Amino acid sequence: MESYALLVAATLNAGTVLALAALGLLINEKAGVLNLGAEGMMLCAAIAGFAAVIHTGNDWIGFAAGMGAGALLAAIFGGLVIWLGTNQYATGLALSLFGVGFSAFAGIGYVQEKLPERASHAIPWLTDIPLLGPAFFRQHPLVYVTIALVLGLIWFLYKSRPGLVLRSVGESPESAHALGYPVRRIRLLAVVVGGALCGLSGAYISVVYTPLWVEGMVAGKGWIALALTTFATWRPARVLLGAYLFGGVTMLQFHLQGAGVDMPSQLLTALPYVATIVVLALISRNPTWIRINMPASLGKPFHPGS
Amino acid sequence: MSFFQPPVTLFDQKGTDMTDISKRTVVKMVALTAVAAAALVGCGKKEEAPKAEAPAAAKAEPLKIAFAYVGPVGDGGWTFAHDNGRKALEKEFGDKIVTSFVEKVPESADAERVIRDMAGQGNKLIFGTTFGYMEPMLKAAADLKDVKFEHATGYKTAENMRTYDSRTYQGAYMAGVIAGKMTKTNTVGVVGSIPIPEVIRNINSFTLGAQSVNPKIKTKVVWVNDWFNPPKETEAATALINGGADVLMQNTDSPAVLQTAEKLGKRAFGWDSDMTAYGPKAHLGSAVINWGPYYIKATRDALEGKWATGQSWWGVKEGAIDFVSVAADVPEDAKKKLEEVKAGLKDGTFEIWKGPIVGQDGKEVLAKDAVADDKFLGGINFYVKGVEGKIPGGK
Repeated sequence: MESYALLVAATLNAGTVLALAALGLLINEKAGVLNLGAEGMMLCAAIAGFAAVIHTGNDWIGFAAGMGAGALLAAIFGGLVIWLGTNQYATGLALSLFGVGFSAFAGIGYVQEKLPERASHAIPWLTDIPLLGPAFFRQHPLVYVTIALVLGLIWFLYKSRPGLVLRSVGESPESAHALGYPVRRIRLLAVVVGGALCGLSGAYISVVYTPLWVEGMVAGKGWIALALTTFATWRPARVLLGAYLFGGVTMLQFHLQGAGVDMPSQLLTALPYVATIVVLALISRNPTWIRINMPASLGKPFHPGS
Repeated sequence: MSFFQPPVTLFDQKGTDMTDISKRTVVKMVALTAVAAAALVGCGKKEEAPKAEAPAAAKAEPLKIAFAYVGPVGDGGWTFAHDNGRKALEKEFGDKIVTSFVEKVPESADAERVIRDMAGQGNKLIFGTTFGYMEPMLKAAADLKDVKFEHATGYKTAENMRTYDSRTYQGAYMAGVIAGKMTKTNTVGVVGSIPIPEVIRNINSFTLGAQSVNPKIKTKVVWVNDWFNPPKETEAATALINGGADVLMQNTDSPAVLQTAEKLGKRAFGWDSDMTAYGPKAHLGSAVINWGPYYIKATRDALEGKWATGQSWWGVKEGAIDFVSVAADVPEDAKKKLEEVKAGLKDGTFEIWKGPIVGQDGKEVLAKDAVADDKFLGGINFYVKGVEGKIPGGK
């Protein structure tokens, strides 16, 4: 039983990486901007966060540095696609490629560095509850922060006025513009906040999840996060569940292998992607499912004058 | 919905392109500087010693040597070790050679393009450092007869292409000796990369090493189907530890497994390169590969015109494999046993793959006193007794 509790714990941890990045991308996309640069932003944030912890010894400064790096790259991306009207797909891919290369370059000096010792994050008292303790109460604080973030985001998007404005900018920028909202500035803000969350995810990888720096260490998590927003049909709660599901499938296949269960590990590795395709096929069959949630102007540039 | 297709190949290719271009420029500059320097030296000598019988100006042009790496030089493991070999080469031959490298060359058709590019830049000796370059190199070798190709870990050769490899399983066995002494749960774990004979042989050798000091050893294996993917390696290591393994080894290219052991208070080894720095508390020792001696030999062959095709498989004996930085808390008897194994491998009195060796199913795979030859070792596709689970795709 203990090993199932540990499986749950590992799943929450793995899901948090994906959830943070996917929530950031969700905010972007709700405002109508598609940022394919997640992988690059996460890598730059990973090295920024790692370097910051090396120099200050404080994880939270590392997270802040990661968020800053993500936000900065996202701001550049936002400036390009929102004001200069460059193609969002191409610019996002360029950002991704740039991030991969730049992080490798910036990280040269940190390749064999080691982070300082950290205290355990167990919550006193709760951690001793059998099964529940190891499963839920020995996580890094960011795991709980992520859950809170989802609740906050649900409230923001669906219950608050600024959230309504954000969604209107993604659904019908023309209408929002006609009502007097600064569409481009709102989009930029959403892109920057989204970049900061991707950055937080990147820093979480290099500071907590795999606490070291090696080139290309995000290894595709940014792309999975992108798939996840679609998989979750742009609903925050589903993003979180999807993240745990994707994380869980990965962890489960390793656990089963470790337990000596005979099954093709390659197939399980592909499962998250297969699941995304299945969901896409399903929601495409019933257009109302996807249309309700998919921002209508996703990926389309907006020119106030036109 | 094409936007979430992970365009991995795309950025790999780009990454290569960029490195390629910058490397090319650097190489050109280095080459120019070297030529200029050689000319200057030549002139200087002429002035100083006009009577010298050998015409000093006829200083040979440096041999240009190129390396294609599968990972980044900063991976801290496999590629890092190759690059250390390249540096050893430069140190050994100085201005007689010029080396360059291209990192992150994908194991695909791109590899052939990169390799042909290298030849086009005047490199006469080209090292390809991963199994997946075998076909691309073979194709290039068929057209470029004046270039010598050295392919790591492969099995196909040509008139101008030969293979080299190191007996990494010897390092795995030595790690096993330590692991068998250090485990408290009698369960050790291996994070495997891709189920090819080389990796399976390492898992088996690690297990045999551990069983040589502790017959109760069980080995759990988790495959990640990747050579380099730190988050996945972390997840796999976590799964092994959760499953009861308290000493881990990995046949992947990053230090993530060691790091995970450090984080979770377990023990692990460095692989390919000395990884002490990545997890000083968890680190039990590193099974390292020194590519230097082979690179020096290959270059000497090429420089002296003695290069001929063939296959080399170097181990402890040739100085290609070593086990270093043994942790201070490893008991003396284990250290002694390790030294015995090392000495035995060095002078050839000890064989790892010597019968009786029993397979996972209890059937004898190697009869008593039979010593496995390289052909046997090259085709290992079974687990030995004590390894749990099944080889993915195996019988």
